[in-house]
Amino acid sequence: MTTEAGSETEVKEKGEESAALPDQSETAKEESQEVANVEGEEKEKGKEKEKEGKGITRYLPTWFKKQKSQSQTSPTKEVPATEEPVSKGLEGEEEPAPEVNGHAEEVEEKEEVKSEEVKEATQPESNSNASADTEPPAKEEKVEDTTAKSPEETKETTDGEGAEEEKKEPEGHVEAETDGGESQTSIFQSPLRLVRKNKMKVVVCHVTLLDGTDFTCEVEKRAKGQYLFFKVCEHLNLLEKDYFGLTYKDNHDEKCWLDPTKEIKRQIRSNNWQFAFGVKFYPPDPSQLTEDITRYLLCLQLREDVASGRLPCSFVTHALLGSYTLQAELGDHEPDQPRPLDFISQLTFAPSQNKEMEEKILELHKSHRGMTPAQADLQFLENAKKLSMYGVDLHHAKDSEGVDIMLGVCANGLLVYKDRLRINRFAWPKILKISYKRNNFYIKIRPGETEQFESTVGFKLQNHRSAKRLWKVCVENHSFFRLNAPEPPTKARFLTLGSKFRYSGRTQAQTRLASSLIDRPAPSFERTSSKRISRSLDGAPVISITEAGSETAENGRDHRLELHSDSKAEEVDLGPVDVEAIPSQQQSPGRAEPAPSQSPLRVHGDNIYVRHSNLMLEDLDKTQDEVLKHQASISQLKRSFMEAPPPSPPQPNQWEKRLTSSPATIRVQQQQVSLEDKIASVLLSRRTAAEFYSAGAPPPCSVAEPPLDAAVTSCSAAAAPTAVCCSSLSDPVSAFSATEVLLLVSVPQTEAASADNTSSETKEPAKTTEVEIEETVVIQEVSRAPKPGVVTVTADLPAAPPAEHEPQDQKVKIEEEAAVVEEISPAKPEKASSDSESEEEAEYHPNVPASISQSQIPEEKEEEEEQMKEEEEEQKQVSAPVVPSLPVEASQPAELMSQEEEEEESKKEEMQVEEKKDDQEEKESGRETEDSTDDPMVTPEEEPEGLVLPEESAEAGPTEEPEQPKMNGEASLVEVDPRPQVICCSEQSHIEPINRLSFPLTPPPVVKTEMVTISDTFAAQKTEIATKEVPIVHTETKTITYEAAQLDGNGDGEPGVLMTAQTITSESLCTTTTTHITKTLKGGLSETRIEKRIVITGDCDIDHDQALAQAIKEAKEQHPDMSVTRVVVHKETELAEEED
Amino acid sequence: MAGIMKISAAEIKCDEEVDNNIYRFVRAKKEREKEESENMAGLMAGFGHYTHAVVRGIPASLAKEALRTSQAEVDLTRARTEHEAYVEVLRTRLGLEVVELPADESLPDCVFVEDAAVVCGETALITRPGAESRRREIEVMKEALKDLNLNIVEMTDENATLDGGDVLFTGREFFVGLSKRTNQRGAEILADAFKDYAVSTVPVLEGLHLKSFCSMGGPGLIIIGSSEPAQKALKIMQQMSDHRYDKLTVPDDIAANCVYMNLPNKGHVLLHCTAEEFPESVKVFEKLKDHMLIPVSNMEKVKVDGALTCCSVLISKNPSI
Repeated sequence: MTTEAGSETEVKEKGEESAALPDQSETAKEESQEVANVEGEEKEKGKEKEKEGKGITRYLPTWFKKQKSQSQTSPTKEVPATEEPVSKGLEGEEEPAPEVNGHAEEVEEKEEVKSEEVKEATQPESNSNASADTEPPAKEEKVEDTTAKSPEETKETTDGEGAEEEKKEPEGHVEAETDGGESQTSIFQSPLRLVRKNKMKVVVCHVTLLDGTDFTCEVEKRAKGQYLFFKVCEHLNLLEKDYFGLTYKDNHDEKCWLDPTKEIKRQIRSNNWQFAFGVKFYPPDPSQLTEDITRYLLCLQLREDVASGRLPCSFVTHALLGSYTLQAELGDHEPDQPRPLDFISQLTFAPSQNKEMEEKILELHKSHRGMTPAQADLQFLENAKKLSMYGVDLHHAKDSEGVDIMLGVCANGLLVYKDRLRINRFAWPKILKISYKRNNFYIKIRPGETEQFESTVGFKLQNHRSAKRLWKVCVENHSFFRLNAPEPPTKARFLTLGSKFRYSGRTQAQTRLASSLIDRPAPSFERTSSKRISRSLDGAPVISITEAGSETAENGRDHRLELHSDSKAEEVDLGPVDVEAIPSQQQSPGRAEPAPSQSPLRVHGDNIYVRHSNLMLEDLDKTQDEVLKHQASISQLKRSFMEAPPPSPPQPNQWEKRLTSSPATIRVQQQQVSLEDKIASVLLSRRTAAEFYSAGAPPPCSVAEPPLDAAVTSCSAAAAPTAVCCSSLSDPVSAFSATEVLLLVSVPQTEAASADNTSSETKEPAKTTEVEIEETVVIQEVSRAPKPGVVTVTADLPAAPPAEHEPQDQKVKIEEEAAVVEEISPAKPEKASSDSESEEEAEYHPNVPASISQSQIPEEKEEEEEQMKEEEEEQKQVSAPVVPSLPVEASQPAELMSQEEEEEESKKEEMQVEEKKDDQEEKESGRETEDSTDDPMVTPEEEPEGLVLPEESAEAGPTEEPEQPKMNGEASLVEVDPRPQVICCSEQSHIEPINRLSFPLTPPPVVKTEMVTISDTFAAQKTEIATKEVPIVHTETKTITYEAAQLDGNGDGEPGVLMTAQTITSESLCTTTTTHITKTLKGGLSETRIEKRIVITGDCDIDHDQALAQAIKEAKEQHPDMSVTRVVVHKETELAEEED
Repeated sequence: MAGIMKISAAEIKCDEEVDNNIYRFVRAKKEREKEESENMAGLMAGFGHYTHAVVRGIPASLAKEALRTSQAEVDLTRARTEHEAYVEVLRTRLGLEVVELPADESLPDCVFVEDAAVVCGETALITRPGAESRRREIEVMKEALKDLNLNIVEMTDENATLDGGDVLFTGREFFVGLSKRTNQRGAEILADAFKDYAVSTVPVLEGLHLKSFCSMGGPGLIIIGSSEPAQKALKIMQQMSDHRYDKLTVPDDIAANCVYMNLPNKGHVLLHCTAEEFPESVKVFEKLKDHMLIPVSNMEKVKVDGALTCCSVLISKNPSI
């Protein structure tokens, strides 16, 4: 506990520092970098650990650190001695990051400690390896570790891009740190969390590397795929890692790629934490890889592919490739040494390897004299890449006629094979949409020159899992290879927005750019693949090889035949060959003939809601990640690290642009149409809160109503009465001029997503190329919850609102469900994708990316739109059922948020009591970078027409009031859109929007500005606060303001008086109510404004909508005389992923 | 050099989105150049770099018994003369080592050796001709190819048929026409024989063989007839391929059948029809400035559907492998 407290303080201090002294921190950063470089070697050891534990370590006492470090070190220990230096070197590069955060001194300390620890760690290996469960002592350690770790871990995981990138970004880092601290704090504060910590466990992962060795690594049970992957890459000293990935075997023993953005646990769904490291995207031109080590790994993969028959090749090619392998591993052929003979026969070069081939290999090997290993590898690759099946990922399928075929996904597109014959090919540019439904996989083909309509081709997969797997592979491959737009920024936008893309990594173009920046000395690595060789030794006949290089034709032939059969058996399983040639099966390339059932329309309909379900879940995260990555990339470049290519520097802008450009319109329209339905379905369970959300056209009334009816409620018994009295006295007619009810609801999930959606939606319809895109966006938002943003939604326009609301509703729903589903670790927001199993459909539009798609595929738009609309409607209907699958993901963020909020709230309360609001803001912002601070709202509102009928007030309020917080990038959006809905994402969430005059300076994740809303009344105070440099916030905040019509709020507002502060904590909920009462004398009339801030924090189970509704209801009941003029819903979500 | 090539390749890739012909052309050209420059030892060594040719004499039975789609009269003498000239070009002018197989009277079509074997690299696939009467043509061919130390793959599956005339090898991949003479199974076996390459099937709706209306005119250059079926087939091939091909369209389908070689000291060599036969098409060929153009008369053999490529099996014996 002590530790915890300490850490908290620390965090605060840091936060303040950073806020107050941005310059200093920057300089410090630079310095630290330099220092790091100089001292790099010395520190390496320490850093290594630091990377993992730095966040945590900071807060831990020495004794604690030691323990932890031990456990964490374990993976490193297991690494072969040779590897260690390399990995360290790598980390050395990363060093600067930690220091940047301003913890330089600490770091050093840590390092020392760590280095000691390292030494120690080596000895007690047993602990780490033992995976703890067995050993009691070890277990204890772990538990502790876990608690400490959890925040840290989360951070890392969240960072997504990998420690390197994140670290590079100073700001991001700061946030992260703060986050870590905060979350820790929260642990103590929130009982729930305490409970949770016990559940954290460390799991031992076994990763089979390409050379056949096993890499063992401990990860926190909730770690995301990324974490493990980076661990492995670190171990391998691999920088160009985007071509690689981890696979696992699912319950059906099928190989699946581990999604880096999702929790490992949820993917593997078994206790078998066994993975394999492998090449995921085969670079079409390996010579463009920057590092030899990357090529080496690719070689290892290809050798395996060739030897196993996965990559079929001819006898001669086998021999040639084998000879290069020999050259790379053995060096020049030494005629005098008989050794190669035995050696060769022990190696596996081909599925069926015979003496003749070995002879040939030897012969060719001789011709490579003088070739360095790197050159031999390159030659190997140059030949391997020409193989027709190089990089082709084959999937069994049946065509529309039930004929067995293979679908091959590769860099260029989708290939259709029948018994090894290519019978069709769909290049990526030809494909408009990729989708699957149940076990059907569809691609929509762009019409050819002579064709007028696009056609859809359907294939049957064995089951929906394989259909989904195929779909995912397609999406990823398309993104990776195809989305390398000439201009990085465009591309970035591409990825992020337009497509529903789930691919979270960098594209090939980005990777290339990044790797071109690698400027480390070529790492030395051990090239011998003897391990692999030994593995494949079994049963290999020992054959003495004669020097005679002559190959007999017969032998060659035989060999081929064998290969043929082997390869079949092993990899492709080409079904029994149909003896009869079936030309009819071939699809004319120009137009695929869709089966009747596959008519595009129908497909669309089927697929539509897929987006909502699958796409939403999966895409969301990625988008964020990408954005983050981009941001991070800049800093990375500076360090000349091999990070992602720098998209346009101002990330926020891009993001915004994207939003702007994204075709939101269509969606909106559609939504309008089906809005009612949607709302109905979505809101079903929802209460008033739901109404608020849905506040579109009809909803506004609902919002307004509460205030009218309820009038003013006194939050705290004491305060309330007074307020009421005052108001009543002064204002006979209208008992209460203005009552503000601030409802703070922590809704982690929705915010970011909704914000994005809204903004995008707000855009003009014209822009939207495809409705789908929009949907995608929505999806993204939803899943994205973690993204920090303050969303202010004004309920002015009827039409617009629906669109916005919908996402929210969905989110809400998700939340609820999610909550039920599980307790989620705060740190890691789970993505919906985990639900994938349940999802049966998904769509992906390869070419669609918003802006591009428009220009490129104008023809499609209309059709698509129409279809989309239809689909949308369907979707909406469908959406409800589909949504449930999502909850899991959403829930986590929610939890996180809630916890954080709690913390924040508690802090705030304290703050309020002691200080003025302004101060609070400053302080909060300063300290808690991440957290969105809720500024006490002071509403200087004038006498609202509140007296008027509720309905009126409701409508009026929403219309005018919307102060749009201008966010960095989003400001533009807001401005652009005249539409009623304004959603702003600010990193720091403040609930400022009291008056129209508010200016929220909220920076998108990247930007450092705070959102400050200036209400007339308090303008002075708040103005001071104006812009600060705020470290990146980890929390996503959404603020939704519903206002009743307000009169001029100019005023002389007196500073609000804090009447009460009350926190009620129940099992699952923590509700904090803060009441401010402001009295204003206006033209002889005294106006009493009661501002109530209700913070609802909970773990997972909170139905935020309900809570909100309840709060409003209570407020009404308490202050029957007053009207509710404004409801600000402020949702905060922890952005686990945003840390980057 | 290598650096330059890389850069151009990168540029090309950037433009990948652009779908216009100019880019395609430029890119294809650059890629070709790159490929050529890359073509060292190893797989897929220089396309068109032949060292040997297998030909066969014309039996007297050709005039009467050879299969044909039209009813034209064949002048045996002239046909033989033409064939001798053809062989002479290969041997003398181009310096190939020519293996001449004796004609077999019982095999009227035996002069069209192309159909009996498909040779690529060190591997020779002995086909199973679609026409029953031609099945025995492979026997002599197999022996000859064995003697050349090629790896022989035989098509023993009785359900498979394949005529070499349906096989278009572009240097990077195979296209196999599914025609009256070639079926899917035959194509599959070919795919198994040449595992390194993609093998795509192309329906041949009209004409005898795939190569009755197309052939290679260089690396990445497909010579194609202008008939609708020919153009259709080309489209299919372009769609099926991961590689870019330029096309050279000639007015006459049969004129599109040419023999391309890339020989040391001679560069691009193209054997094509004569101006007498297809003047318009020859004009097109004459636009190929980089090619050594060698008109070869084929007026008689064409009457029995024999095109230029049909009369030889070209082999590349790479001493290095």
